[in-house]
Amino acid sequence: MNTRLSITHCVLACLGAALLAGCAAPQPWVKPYERERLADPIMKLTGDPLADKHREHVHVVREGARGATGVQGGGCGCN
Amino acid sequence: MAATSFQRRLVGLWRRLGAVAGGVLATGSAGAVTLPEDQAEALIHVYSGGGVTASGPALLVRKSLMDKVSLTGSYYVDMVSNASIDVVTTASPYHEKRDEVDLGLDYVYRDAQVTVGLTNSSEPDYKASTASVDIAQEVFGGMTTVNLGFTRGSDKVGKHGEPTFSDYAKHWQYRVGVTQILTPRWLMSANVEAISDDGYLASPYRMAIVFGAAVHENVPRTRSSRALKLRAVGALGEGPTRSAVRGEYRYFWDNWAIKAHTLETGYSRYFGDQWQADAYGRFYTQSHALFYSDNAATETTYVSRNRQLSSFNSVTLGAKVTRNVAKLQGKYEVKANMGYERVHFKFRDFTDIRTRSLYTYDANVLQVYLSASF
Repeated sequence: MNTRLSITHCVLACLGAALLAGCAAPQPWVKPYERERLADPIMKLTGDPLADKHREHVHVVREGARGATGVQGGGCGCN
Repeated sequence: MAATSFQRRLVGLWRRLGAVAGGVLATGSAGAVTLPEDQAEALIHVYSGGGVTASGPALLVRKSLMDKVSLTGSYYVDMVSNASIDVVTTASPYHEKRDEVDLGLDYVYRDAQVTVGLTNSSEPDYKASTASVDIAQEVFGGMTTVNLGFTRGSDKVGKHGEPTFSDYAKHWQYRVGVTQILTPRWLMSANVEAISDDGYLASPYRMAIVFGAAVHENVPRTRSSRALKLRAVGALGEGPTRSAVRGEYRYFWDNWAIKAHTLETGYSRYFGDQWQADAYGRFYTQSHALFYSDNAATETTYVSRNRQLSSFNSVTLGAKVTRNVAKLQGKYEVKANMGYERVHFKFRDFTDIRTRSLYTYDANVLQVYLSASF
């Protein structure tokens, strides 16, 4: 059983190696001079810090869900 | 001999993988990360709904030193007047004030930004402090930013009128995220955060109902949760009326059996050089915790009637208007902002014991603030 597994691993590794043989390191496809629109304040993923903090606080003290918002908040006993 | 050939192939595979990874990292050194710009923000916030009014001022200042370090300090006040349904049906309305102070330091080195922060929140019966560290590393020619972060929180829990009551709560937050430029007009991000808690996670005031009688709630002393959030934002149009559209989705789950979905979408647009407007909608829904009960019909170790742990959904509609009020090119810019949102909460298994019908309420959220960059 172990021999069969190691043969399968070898075959998969070799197939992977053969597939990657044609790969080159990927290059950034959006050049710095093409990022003008992305630097526009209207494109920010987060808003102004205090306004975001307030909105996050409104949600955290009323909802069961939390986290992964990108907004740092201090703890409180507000629930 | 076969083994040697296999080893050669493995070495080749590692070299190619190394070349791909090296290419991604090497292109990251094309540009350097810059410190966040100096800014100040002064905010008045108001939340009003369900018998609760919470309002107060908040102030933030960020200033860089020697182009290597940026210091941030903020002060946030919550003045709460609470006559929520929990309070009016099982206790007496109350007023209290919460003060929060945050200090932060950002440091940049080549393509990395390190942020450390401390927060301290204080209210008469609850003190909370946190320490956090976050690292953001640009790779792949600045097209990708990888974020790692950790926060440790420590709380002291007290109870009004009962000086002998004292307990603690500890929190650990681990987060990782990636922001990726997709095209000259689109970027997206993915964030994952795991949070673990240990200690007193209930409220010393809240009552549960078992066989129609009020008893103090009892919830587990540990909790562990995960959240995954995906965001995308895209640029539309050109010139002085250019705009942006965004979409977000978060999936949340924890070992109290709560599962939640949050969906948000928004649209922002400039109206010439002076004005900007934003409009957004948010939908949130969650299932109840394993030990949540509106009126428990069996005796269990844990029981809670905290509506934050019940099954409910909420719908938010919001808008914000921003106007440039002062600007000196290359020196400073001051903006006046006003945001308003209306939230509708609809509970699926929490009844208003005064009317015996499922509880619903609407809330208004207002923000008025000045933001300046200099």
